[in-house]
Amino acid sequence: MKAYKIIVLAKQVPDTRNVGKDAMKADGTINRAALSAIFNPEDLNALEQALRIKDSFPGSTVTILTMGPGRAAEIIREGMFRGADGGILLTDRAFAGSDTLATSYAISQALKKVKDYDIIIAGRQAIDGDTAQVGPQVAEKLGIPQVTYVEEVQKIEKGKVFMKRRLERGVETVSCPIPLVMTVNGSAPDCRARNSKLLMKCKHAKTVTELQNSNEDYLHLYNDRPYLNIPEWTVNDIEVEQAELGLSGSPTKVKTVENVVLQAKDAKIISSSDNDIDELMRELIESHTIG
Amino acid sequence: MNNVFVYCEIEDGQVAEVSQELMTKGRSLANELGCQLDAIVIGSELDGIEKEIYPYGVDTVFIADDKRLYPYSTLPHTSIIVKLFQEQKPQIALMGASSIGRDLGPRVSSALHSGLTADCTSLIIGDHFDKKQDKNYENLLYQIRPAFGGNIIATIINPDCRPQMATVREGVMKKEVVDPKYKGKLVKLEVAKYVSEADFVVEIIERHMEKSKVNMKAAPIVIAGGYGMGSKENFQLLYDLAEVLGGEVGASRAAVDAGYVDHERQIGQTGVTVRPKLYIACGISGQIQHRAGMEESAQIIAINTDPEAPINSVADYVITGDVATVLPKMIKYYKQNTK
Ligand SMILES: Cc1cc2nc3c(=O)[nH]c(=O)nc-3n(C[C@H](O)[C@H](O)[C@H](O)COP(=O)(O)OP(=O)(O)OC[C@H]3O[C@@H](n4cnc5c(N)ncnc54)[C@H](O)[C@@H]3O)c2cc1C
Ligand SMILES: Cc1cc2nc3c(=O)[nH]c(=O)nc-3n(C[C@H](O)[C@H](O)[C@H](O)COP(=O)(O)OP(=O)(O)OC[C@H]3O[C@@H](n4cnc5c(N)ncnc54)[C@H](O)[C@@H]3O)c2cc1C
Repeated sequence: MKAYKIIVLAKQVPDTRNVGKDAMKADGTINRAALSAIFNPEDLNALEQALRIKDSFPGSTVTILTMGPGRAAEIIREGMFRGADGGILLTDRAFAGSDTLATSYAISQALKKVKDYDIIIAGRQAIDGDTAQVGPQVAEKLGIPQVTYVEEVQKIEKGKVFMKRRLERGVETVSCPIPLVMTVNGSAPDCRARNSKLLMKCKHAKTVTELQNSNEDYLHLYNDRPYLNIPEWTVNDIEVEQAELGLSGSPTKVKTVENVVLQAKDAKIISSSDNDIDELMRELIESHTIG
Repeated sequence: MNNVFVYCEIEDGQVAEVSQELMTKGRSLANELGCQLDAIVIGSELDGIEKEIYPYGVDTVFIADDKRLYPYSTLPHTSIIVKLFQEQKPQIALMGASSIGRDLGPRVSSALHSGLTADCTSLIIGDHFDKKQDKNYENLLYQIRPAFGGNIIATIINPDCRPQMATVREGVMKKEVVDPKYKGKLVKLEVAKYVSEADFVVEIIERHMEKSKVNMKAAPIVIAGGYGMGSKENFQLLYDLAEVLGGEVGASRAAVDAGYVDHERQIGQTGVTVRPKLYIACGISGQIQHRAGMEESAQIIAINTDPEAPINSVADYVITGDVATVLPKMIKYYKQNTK
């Protein structure tokens, strides 16, 4: 049976969904630094689809590729705890300020270095930038087809992947030849939990930079167990045009950013008593809001 | 040349709502810039479709009509648009932030190396001074969009690359016919010149589209239920109230996820945006992603057991109480006091 080389694109994101009281500044805007960093939710759905392919086609490998600051290595470890074989951290100051085009350029150049991939799986959308553009743009830059909003990989047969897509107003089943990029929808199955054996096995996995900064007593382990080394690639490790990276490689520029201020309106407070509800309804009918 | 372009989506042989809205916006941008408005329609059996399009003030309608171009598929549509844009060099290109537009837009923008701004809520023309280059840019498209889960609003510009591309969700812009007899011209593209065999490698095996039955965007009153409704059965209270008031029922994502109601009723960032005369939020906490789809409603009533629920901060009336008690009382009062 054929085995596949699967790359999962995953991003570490601030948890914009849980803006707790401690992340609110006095003026009602959020303090982005106070949000915890998490595995982008739909990238976990993507990882699950990858792991399912690996389950069905033994010998397949799942590698997580993430571009971000050093601490993004956390999501590579998180992926390994759930069954990924390893990951690559793409990190360099030159990537800072990238829009989606510069991001997908850097990611696609890293993929060209990986070279013999079969299936690239991304999440549909990241919850911070919220654009859902990186997956399709990576596909275009690699010159391979894309299939977006995938909910389920149904089968792989004769070099083609069969997938169910979830669209706004329906579902579609498509087939697409390998290699391809698929983006996985949040409506796809959740990712399996961490596996305790894998957690024990991989919890010391580190990038070179992390290793240099830690007082690891067991350095020899990293020679004996290659899977503990998370490759860390900078611009020097991939073939890139500097001008295509970061701010200079980004056609879109953020001109201004405004924080959304949550301020309470002067709301009328009403109880659920008959009197209060009747009074409210009378008011709404009188103002022709209803009726 | 250097016109404003709109990608016209086709649904059941008709121009999609979102495209009609974008043509309306495109017309006003073109007026301000003193250029023309063009549209591209890609699909099959499109005879006469241009007549539906001219009234929005479209000067040239480009049509690519071929059996293989419907239903939508990424690669052939991308190839046509990329080539056409290379020929026509539009300064602005707009697409719906729909399943189709968000699949197509990024691929096209990557091929053309033009920036793309996702999910804009407002598009206006403005100037920009770049301090570093000491250079002034005139008449750029300000693409205004929420990001960070709706916690910030960014204004994005695209100073140097063309077209300036943006996607906009359905319901965000208003649609308006400028002139039912507007005179535009039709250009039929020779499809074979724009696509290659390799564009058809992705095969659509089965397609099941549900006709959208609910039209929440047009409803003057939306009664939305959240996870706090507690069950599918309790949602009946919402349908009852909607029936007596003449409204539609909407929902939060948590209610959709819990199976209380179908996805097509979801309101919010990943659902529809509504701005009715009256919005009644029942058992909805009011997370930012939900508020993104309803906070422009003229009047908002929140019914929630939690006096501190975030939804209350956008509400005009806060009813602190249980939906199971409050809703029947509202229905009862209304029935007794109107004919
Ligand atoms: C306020 C604000 C608004 C912005 N608006 C725009 C805009 O309109 N247009 C634009 O071009 N850029 C925009 N950007 C920049 C954009 O957020 C970044 O380029 C970001 O790196 C990628 O976009 P995203 O977060 O939207 O990812 P998405 O395109 O939503 O991500 C989709 C998938 O791609 C993969 N992926 C994305 N990023 C990475 C990564 N770093 N490593 C590995 N996999 C990844 C993941 O699988 C992810 O699920 C904006 C940035 C800010 C701060
Ligand atoms: C990328 C992304 C996109 C999203 N898009 C959307 C979207 O489009 N739309 C959307 O809605 N959400 C969206 N969400 C989810 C959103 O963050 C919230 O999780 C969701 O809106 C919560 O739904 P809820 O208010 O019904 O449920 P909950 O947050 O669980 O709130 C239930 C509320 O009901 C109240 N309650 C409980 N019992 C009763 C009772 N008997 N009577 C009255 N009140 C009661 C509770 O006090 C509580 O306030 C999105 C999230 C993400 C990350």
